[in-house]
Amino acid sequence: MNREKLLNTAVILLLLAIPLWAHMAEEPFLITLATKVAILALAGVGLNIALGIGGLVSLGHAAFFGIGGYAMGILAAHAQNYEPLAEWPMLIEGTNQMPVIWLVAVVASALAALVIGALSLRTSGVYFIMITLAFGQMLYYFAISWTAYGGEDGLSIWVRNEFPGLNTLVPLEFFLICYVILCAALWFAARLARAPFGLALSAARQCEARVETVGITPYQLRLTAFVISGAITGLAGALFADLNRFVSPTMLSWHTSGEIMIFVIIGGVGRLFGPVIGAALFILLEHLLGGISDYWQIYLGGLLLIIVLYARGGVIGAISGREVAHD
Amino acid sequence: MTDMTDPSGAGQVLKVSDLSKSFGALQASKNITLDLRAGEIHALIGPNGAGKSTLIKQISGELRPDSGSVSLLGRPVDDLDRVARARMGLGRTFQISALAMEFTVLQNAVLGALGARGGVFRFLGNVMRDKALVAQAEHALERVGLLSDAKRRTADLSHGQRRQLEVAVALTLQPKLFLMDEPMAGLGAGGSQALTGFLDTLRHEAPILLVEHDMDAVFALADRISVLVYGEVIATGTTEEIRNNAEVQRAYLGEEEPV
Ligand SMILES: Nc1ncnc2c1ncn2[C@@H]1O[C@H](COP(=O)(O)OP(=O)(O)OP(=O)(O)O)[C@@H](O)[C@H]1O
Ligand SMILES: [Mg+2]
Repeated sequence: MNREKLLNTAVILLLLAIPLWAHMAEEPFLITLATKVAILALAGVGLNIALGIGGLVSLGHAAFFGIGGYAMGILAAHAQNYEPLAEWPMLIEGTNQMPVIWLVAVVASALAALVIGALSLRTSGVYFIMITLAFGQMLYYFAISWTAYGGEDGLSIWVRNEFPGLNTLVPLEFFLICYVILCAALWFAARLARAPFGLALSAARQCEARVETVGITPYQLRLTAFVISGAITGLAGALFADLNRFVSPTMLSWHTSGEIMIFVIIGGVGRLFGPVIGAALFILLEHLLGGISDYWQIYLGGLLLIIVLYARGGVIGAISGREVAHD
Repeated sequence: MTDMTDPSGAGQVLKVSDLSKSFGALQASKNITLDLRAGEIHALIGPNGAGKSTLIKQISGELRPDSGSVSLLGRPVDDLDRVARARMGLGRTFQISALAMEFTVLQNAVLGALGARGGVFRFLGNVMRDKALVAQAEHALERVGLLSDAKRRTADLSHGQRRQLEVAVALTLQPKLFLMDEPMAGLGAGGSQALTGFLDTLRHEAPILLVEHDMDAVFALADRISVLVYGEVIATGTTEEIRNNAEVQRAYLGEEEPV
């Protein structure tokens, strides 16, 4: 096992061990922090498929995170008020069942990614960044004005949604749901990177002319990657809303896009576990430094600067060295 | 002079007709007409900046000509982009290598085999464990003499080795014709000779339009030579005809082979 795999294993085990210990020591706050790490890491795993493998610098991933959040908020709000979502052409009820909510979140964010991607991927570089940002902000302002679902104040859900066979009100059980989904996403992302699709997508990032010369259209690869990426980040959004039992336009703001990107950069762009380490460090710093100073993000900015300037592979790159290409 | 035009068009794999292209005031291609026939190596020579690469790019679909037409395998391809032309069987190597630098040598070759086979939209299986693709990639690497470097990172290769890899990737496509833009550059004497020997046999698989500055290789390989100067084909003919062409001597060969 190389150093990167060793580090990855240690991190994923630690992320499981801390909440287990906290459960026994009756420290629910620590479990909530670990849950937040798992969910934000999941959002980052989504972004990393577009950014890390595909080289698509999207500043609009908050759109998908927020759509996932609102999918949860809207479905659960209708369920708690016993108001159907629609009565015509057929009766559609709200729901408090997580699997249904996740499915809606994934489909809705994938569709949004398909539309946003189809338009923005016709450009590249700075234009792509600006267009994804613009789409994100468009949805943000739409959510603010959407008073039916709380507008600027957001939407509160009184009771966490349910998962068959589990008690989601027990912090550890909700953590385990998020943890298992994160592991599944990591597994999928690892497979994807080695699959024919991952090889071609990565090649398109490194040298577009090469991919075209062998008869593959980069646009189709990138659009597919963008949709997969958006869907995973959307799922994370649904879980995040469920963690907070609250969804608001903040989830859609460009700050959120920036934060997700920051986890990925801190951990290591294109590294499988980059988002996990990045999200863990982010939450840790927020928690530790946030207690000392309200301006903790300045320190975060400093850390980011150091990483961008001196450690291109992020924390993982600094610890385990240059990535070995596919084996 | 033997008649080099083939009125029937039979065996004509590539046909360039009256192609022109300007960059602002600079006319990089002037009414270029040439063809490539089954089984031949057609060398395109000319001084630096003559417009050789610009012509290759218009044939491959990277650049749109201002006027004129390109046909592949008897079919006009002016409306097709380079992906479509690649799929029709056009294999190309670049003067400035265009490879995935983070990949291993083998991965670059597997990418070519994948492009040729199709099935890019598979999300789970490990592509480097796909026996058929890897076998095809390794076979291509072996043919250009790069198999022993298969596990190396492409970025760590010498410039000459990158050219060889370009040829190998083109081979994985099993194309119907090759466009090669200075494949010998940076290879060194031994490497050039080996590649010359290889291209000599390759022409029977698919004809080659070969841009090359290495005159030993050109005269050893070419069935026909076209000389491009300031965007214009000033002569097309057999190696003998070109060697003895006074205009060519003046414009080009004189500089290359001083007395
Ligand atoms: N995209 C471009 N925009 C403007 N000018 C260009 C462009 N591409 C090529 N040129 C010019 O067109 C002319 C022909 O260039 P080209 O690269 O085709 O020459 P070449 O024959 O391949 O030369 P070399 O032997 O050095 O490779 C040159 O004067 C070059 O500067
Ligand atoms: Mg050139």
